[in-house]
Amino acid sequence: MAYSFPEEVLEHVFSFLSLARDRNAVSLVCKSWYEIERWCRHRIFVGNCYAVSPEIVIRRFPELRAVEMKGKPHFADFNLVPEGWGAYAYPWIAAMAEAYPFLEEIKLKRMVVTDESLELISKSYKNFKVLVLTSCEGFTTDGLASIAANCRHLRELDLRESEVEDLSGHWLSHFPDSCTSLVSLNMSCLGSEVSFSSLERLVARSPNLRTLRLNRAVPLEKLANLVRHAPQLVELGTGAYSSEIRSDTFSSLADAFSACKQLKALSGFWDVVPSYLPAVYSVCSGITSLNLSYAAIPSSDLVKLISQCQNLQRLWVLDYIEDSGLEALAASCKDLQELRVFPSDPFGAEPNVSLTEQGLVSVSEGCPKLESVLYFCRQMSNAALIAIARNRPNFIRFRLCIIEPQAADYLTLEPLDAGFGAIVENCKELRRLSMSGLLTDRVFKYIGTHAKKLEMLSIAFAGESDLGLHHVLSGCDSLRKLEIRDCPFGDKAVLANAAKLDTMRSLWMSSCSVSFGACKLLAQKMPRLNVEVIDERGPPDSRPESCVVERVYVYRTVASRQRLDMPDFVWTLDEDSSMRYS
Amino acid sequence: MDSDLNLKATELRLGLPGTIDAISPPKNSKRSSPDSDSATPPPKAQIVGWPPVRSYRKNNLAEAESGSFVKVSMDGAPYLRKIDLKVYNGYVELLEGLEKMFKLTIGEYSEREGYKGSEYAPAYEDKDGDLMLVGDVPWEMFKSSCKRLRIMKASDARGLGCAV
Repeated sequence: MAYSFPEEVLEHVFSFLSLARDRNAVSLVCKSWYEIERWCRHRIFVGNCYAVSPEIVIRRFPELRAVEMKGKPHFADFNLVPEGWGAYAYPWIAAMAEAYPFLEEIKLKRMVVTDESLELISKSYKNFKVLVLTSCEGFTTDGLASIAANCRHLRELDLRESEVEDLSGHWLSHFPDSCTSLVSLNMSCLGSEVSFSSLERLVARSPNLRTLRLNRAVPLEKLANLVRHAPQLVELGTGAYSSEIRSDTFSSLADAFSACKQLKALSGFWDVVPSYLPAVYSVCSGITSLNLSYAAIPSSDLVKLISQCQNLQRLWVLDYIEDSGLEALAASCKDLQELRVFPSDPFGAEPNVSLTEQGLVSVSEGCPKLESVLYFCRQMSNAALIAIARNRPNFIRFRLCIIEPQAADYLTLEPLDAGFGAIVENCKELRRLSMSGLLTDRVFKYIGTHAKKLEMLSIAFAGESDLGLHHVLSGCDSLRKLEIRDCPFGDKAVLANAAKLDTMRSLWMSSCSVSFGACKLLAQKMPRLNVEVIDERGPPDSRPESCVVERVYVYRTVASRQRLDMPDFVWTLDEDSSMRYS
Repeated sequence: MDSDLNLKATELRLGLPGTIDAISPPKNSKRSSPDSDSATPPPKAQIVGWPPVRSYRKNNLAEAESGSFVKVSMDGAPYLRKIDLKVYNGYVELLEGLEKMFKLTIGEYSEREGYKGSEYAPAYEDKDGDLMLVGDVPWEMFKSSCKRLRIMKASDARGLGCAV
């Protein structure tokens, strides 16, 4: 070596690298860089908790302060992963409690978190600051009480859409009077009423509070009191937004809101009484994010609200907005980047609102910055999709759910191949795509040919043969996550593209045509993949090998392929392709 | 007169009203022709996990929908009940259902005198939070504005126009 930097200098240089991707690249340069980097990495993201083990992480990174992790596959959101499959946080929490006494942040998504885990967190980390639990389950409000009581420097407690067993609202009162560090509190998923005076005092003594998302049980009459204590709020989620119509309640609320000069995001609005919506008008011009997806607001009132929000960037709304409302949105909100339209009556046989493909076409025409869409509707046409694709080549996320499975183009009765083909052909930066409707193998050919930046693809009730899956696996260079349900894709495509699976985070296939024999072969061929057969009909080897499995979940891993927490309906295959189950 | 109380409506269940969980359809159902629009589509067997709406959202929606399940309280009763307004075709069926559920009689409705000849009068809380007498507005309007039902003692309901 002609010269070499002292370690401290390199460490200082590395400290400017925040992206894991960059730090990973740095670690590959040479052994000494690997060593230096691992000692100064403070933050990691584990996309699949089974891809690595706590021991491996701890061994490599001894100085972590922030851990972010995901557990169950995405289709668990729709009940396709049986209860008890896994993704337990406890082993991680327990291992990290010993290894990282200075851990400050834990962010988990789709994991099973117990009260025990929460108590351990609250007692093990003296400097614990941030707990975010997104779509998690397994804990009760008792666990929250431990966190509130013991985490002296807590900044964020965010329970995004988690399923919490709500024993009582008493947990909130466990925040000691000395706790003044809160920056973010999201309790919107909880059912029970908390002590309002405890809540009010907590908000009043938290000068750094920026995000407050209340639960439904906080009544509208009390909202003004809370808001008055926190005019510095940037994000507010209301509780129930309904009350007897009284002018004093209204003016009190309107006054409180008008003091919030920094408010950028609004959510909540359960049980909304439209007459109270004008109370927020004074802040609308600053609002960039609006989540009305739990609010049954008629289209006309929605339009009145939205047309005041000229700086809106993100809108989540129910289909009560209808095509007319979306047209108004397109006319007023030129900065719109993300739109999600959820179904108000997803299981109804007949449409209950006048929301069609036209709404999406209008928004795609009128909003030049629109790049992320989630849209539920009941009819679609190739013509509309082609128009949308031409209007918005800048899409990065496009998720379309036509409620009726395998619904054809309602005008021509053809498959929607051409429409989705236009999306992938025009939107060259597309990273995420969810499709629905009647689709043949042809759409997958388009995807394989054009969707070179696609990272995540969700397919349901589509395709005709293995060729469809083969197009995707062989053509999509950037694919990381592929989830498929109820498609006639089977052994040939999976085995022919086995090597591809090593470059991806995971593949999920349920109610498809993959046989147990193919799963065994795949596991044999690819030692670094974990091939999990998830089947509730009993051991797969009690049936012929050609028998199709109910579900298969394939993911790359550097941990042992035998996770020790498998329930009795999950089988994984060992190196010698003998079956093991714990 | 329909004397059959729809027990399914008051049965304790998880999940949205009117849904029956079924296994997913055979994987080879690819090119089935699109469903033809018929005048009265049969109630659909629900496919697991479709449409892809998270259970968290589904559970919240069930309560957000106006006119679906509403709480019913009866003055003096220790706990409340819940009914699904969607299953009733009109006031007659609703009142019969309430009579059966709470084992009481409600009596005849008239615009002028309210509920005549009974101990109890059915009232409801509307969207604006006001307490209203059941029966004054058209059924469809009632369904969409009713937030909760309250079976009041007729003596308390005098202000609502009940003749006792």
